[in-house]
Amino acid sequence: MTSVAATTRVPHAHHDDRSFLRKYIFSTDHKIIGIQFLFVSLFFLLLGGVLAMQMRWQLGFPGKPMPGGGLLPESMAAGGVILPEYYVQLVSMHGTFMVFFAIMPLLVGVYANFLIPLKIGAHDMAFPRINMASFWAAFAAGLLMFASLFVPEGGIRSGWTNYAPLSARPDLSGVTIGQLLWCVSIVVLGLSSVMGSVNYITTIINHRAPGMTWFRMPLSVWALFITAILAVLALPVLQGAAILLLFDQTIGTHFFDPAAGGQALLWQHLFWFFGHPEVYILILPAMGMVSDIVANGSRKPIFGYHSMVFAIIAIAFLGWLVWGHHMFMSGMNPTLGSSFMVSTLVIAVPSAVKVFNWMGTMWRGNLRFHVPMLNATAFVAMFVIGGLSGIYMAATPVDMFIHDTYFIVAHLHYVLFGGSLFALFAAIPYWFPKMFGRMMSERWGKVHFWLTFVFYNLTFFPMHILGNAGHMRRIYDPTQYDFLKPYQPMNEFISIAAFLLFATQLIFFVNFWYSLFKGEKAPQNPWEDNGLEWSLPSPAPHGNWERVPTVYRGPYEFSSPEVSDRDYLPQHEKRPTDREPASTTAPSH
Amino acid sequence: MTHATATVDLMRPPFPAEPGSGVYSNKLGMWVFLASDVMFFTALIGTYIILRFGVSQPWAHPNAVLNVPLTAFNTFLLICSSVSMVKAFAAISQGDQRGLKLWLLITILAGASFVSVQVVEYIKLVGHGFTPAGFREGSTLAEHAVSDPVKYGAATAGLYGSTFFTMTGFHGFHVTCGVISMTYLYFTKVLPGKYSRQDYRGIETIGLYWHFVDLVWIILFTIVYLI
Repeated sequence: MTSVAATTRVPHAHHDDRSFLRKYIFSTDHKIIGIQFLFVSLFFLLLGGVLAMQMRWQLGFPGKPMPGGGLLPESMAAGGVILPEYYVQLVSMHGTFMVFFAIMPLLVGVYANFLIPLKIGAHDMAFPRINMASFWAAFAAGLLMFASLFVPEGGIRSGWTNYAPLSARPDLSGVTIGQLLWCVSIVVLGLSSVMGSVNYITTIINHRAPGMTWFRMPLSVWALFITAILAVLALPVLQGAAILLLFDQTIGTHFFDPAAGGQALLWQHLFWFFGHPEVYILILPAMGMVSDIVANGSRKPIFGYHSMVFAIIAIAFLGWLVWGHHMFMSGMNPTLGSSFMVSTLVIAVPSAVKVFNWMGTMWRGNLRFHVPMLNATAFVAMFVIGGLSGIYMAATPVDMFIHDTYFIVAHLHYVLFGGSLFALFAAIPYWFPKMFGRMMSERWGKVHFWLTFVFYNLTFFPMHILGNAGHMRRIYDPTQYDFLKPYQPMNEFISIAAFLLFATQLIFFVNFWYSLFKGEKAPQNPWEDNGLEWSLPSPAPHGNWERVPTVYRGPYEFSSPEVSDRDYLPQHEKRPTDREPASTTAPSH
Repeated sequence: MTHATATVDLMRPPFPAEPGSGVYSNKLGMWVFLASDVMFFTALIGTYIILRFGVSQPWAHPNAVLNVPLTAFNTFLLICSSVSMVKAFAAISQGDQRGLKLWLLITILAGASFVSVQVVEYIKLVGHGFTPAGFREGSTLAEHAVSDPVKYGAATAGLYGSTFFTMTGFHGFHVTCGVISMTYLYFTKVLPGKYSRQDYRGIETIGLYWHFVDLVWIILFTIVYLI
């Protein structure tokens, strides 16, 4: 099987005669699919934020009518005062939306789709139609989850982790339709994720441009590659678990119902066997993109490129061996707990390698603090805090004390907001010109960055203190507990900081929408970067390149002594000393 | 291909221009998908193992509830379909269109028969009172379970039903998907003679899936029907 006649239509750059529907709605173009993911998941990010604000109102000012609370039906907020049933829904749906429909699609759906073909020099994904199906499956899953807010009884009330038996027995949680929708939505989302990941993996393995060897790939592509491997192996486990849960709710099986011989802990095992790799799905792409941006902003080659790659692989591998650390309190055998503790602590090593490498990259660099660089720097700093608190709770004895307290909430927000979201605030303006052909406002980007950085820390740092004081997570009214009464002013403080943090995000949204239509026209290579995507006009055309570029070097040749007139050397630029890569058109079978 | 212009023209037919692994993308993608499907069945089978060995009461003897000889025949049918799949693959790799048509048709029929036998099995089991929720009250099986609770695993019938129907059901779903895909290929590609000695990617890719589904069944048959 060596050569075949062309039967598939080859995407052809610059001859774009597709209809509007084909071009923007049912598009198979990886860039459009990435942009579709961007708009949908920014909506869910906003929605998750709105839910969080309501939670913060209740925690800061329990029993007081919420401004605008009168708009909610009496079953959610009586006279504007949030009811306990609604509060637990807020908690559960905030987590669900943020993890599954905001952060994960923002990092993977948007940037795996948009960046992989552009950065490896491919015309599109290996399976463009499966890619389109992947977006529409994710969209359907999002709609199902969104719909669960509006059905009788509302969305789930059992936390984003949806622990059994509360989730398996509608008579216990009081939520029937919302639970069904949650399960079906998760199954469909898993399908979307698997379709996407199969695409990413195949594309990276098979569709790299000539000369784009494995160790010339940008770290963002490496991270997305490893993330796709995690997703393709982890999501089916969650799908399986959600299907079992669905059967428990509908056809009377007894997987998770201890009263009928099932095991509630089984849900926790299945969920966290998926859930911990999922944690790295939510951070590895952020790390990869931050690596690209930090090197660009420091005008230096990334420090320790190979160690960065192996650190990503090590984190991903170890991520499979640590799920038990979410379950130290479940009556686990202490010996088993210790092994989970040790495997968790070991993850600190590759994580620290990455942090030191970012610092080594910035060290004595010719720093350019553009908005992406500012946010990337914040990522590094915040990830250190979130990572260090992670080491605290990896230790079983400490976790016994802080389990299910606000210390956990502080930790996960330091990695998910301080980590993933700051990385996104870096990535969005960085690749905005290649997506839309315009620049986001640098001035408003800086305003947004500084305010976010301040209010973010004012919101989440005090939660460590609350957690140490024993403030439980997911509680409706902290003033009901005598030992928490002295901390109520801190809760109020956090709430006010959270409102300001939310208000600051409006700057980002306005900047985003304004720049979309009125932003300054982007030059081809606004950040003076080396990646292949910057060899294309902004926005990148359909089909990307007429002829794919040849790659002569790695992506981080900043301040190279080979060139004297500028401080960057693009991957596709041929220098007199460069040799052509060996033929890459070996017979395929 | 020469590199006179420092760029390689990948605007040629996409199929041979997949330099990375030397494995064409459809096949590679199928392998990745199968890896993910392994994890899916691992979740189901792992659940079964944990639940079955986590209970202290006896589990039903397979022969007591299930019709093992019937399913053994069904297993034989599925294994035969894997053989015929290989024959179809071997035929087209020699450019033998007639062989491909014949053997793929046999594969489709064997797969469809497997699903049909499974449907009959389900109907009979439910008729005897075996449901995903356990033994239906007042059914033949429920009466047997009262008289011989050890053999019929009276105390664990709920878990037995839950795991049995979930695992075999999802396997049946996979077989059905395979049969539908092969039928689709049969009419759109095989009958019009679109596969050739040079390009039979579709047959190889669906073949991989089919053998995987067969393999899963051999595991399921062993752990559900035999032990």
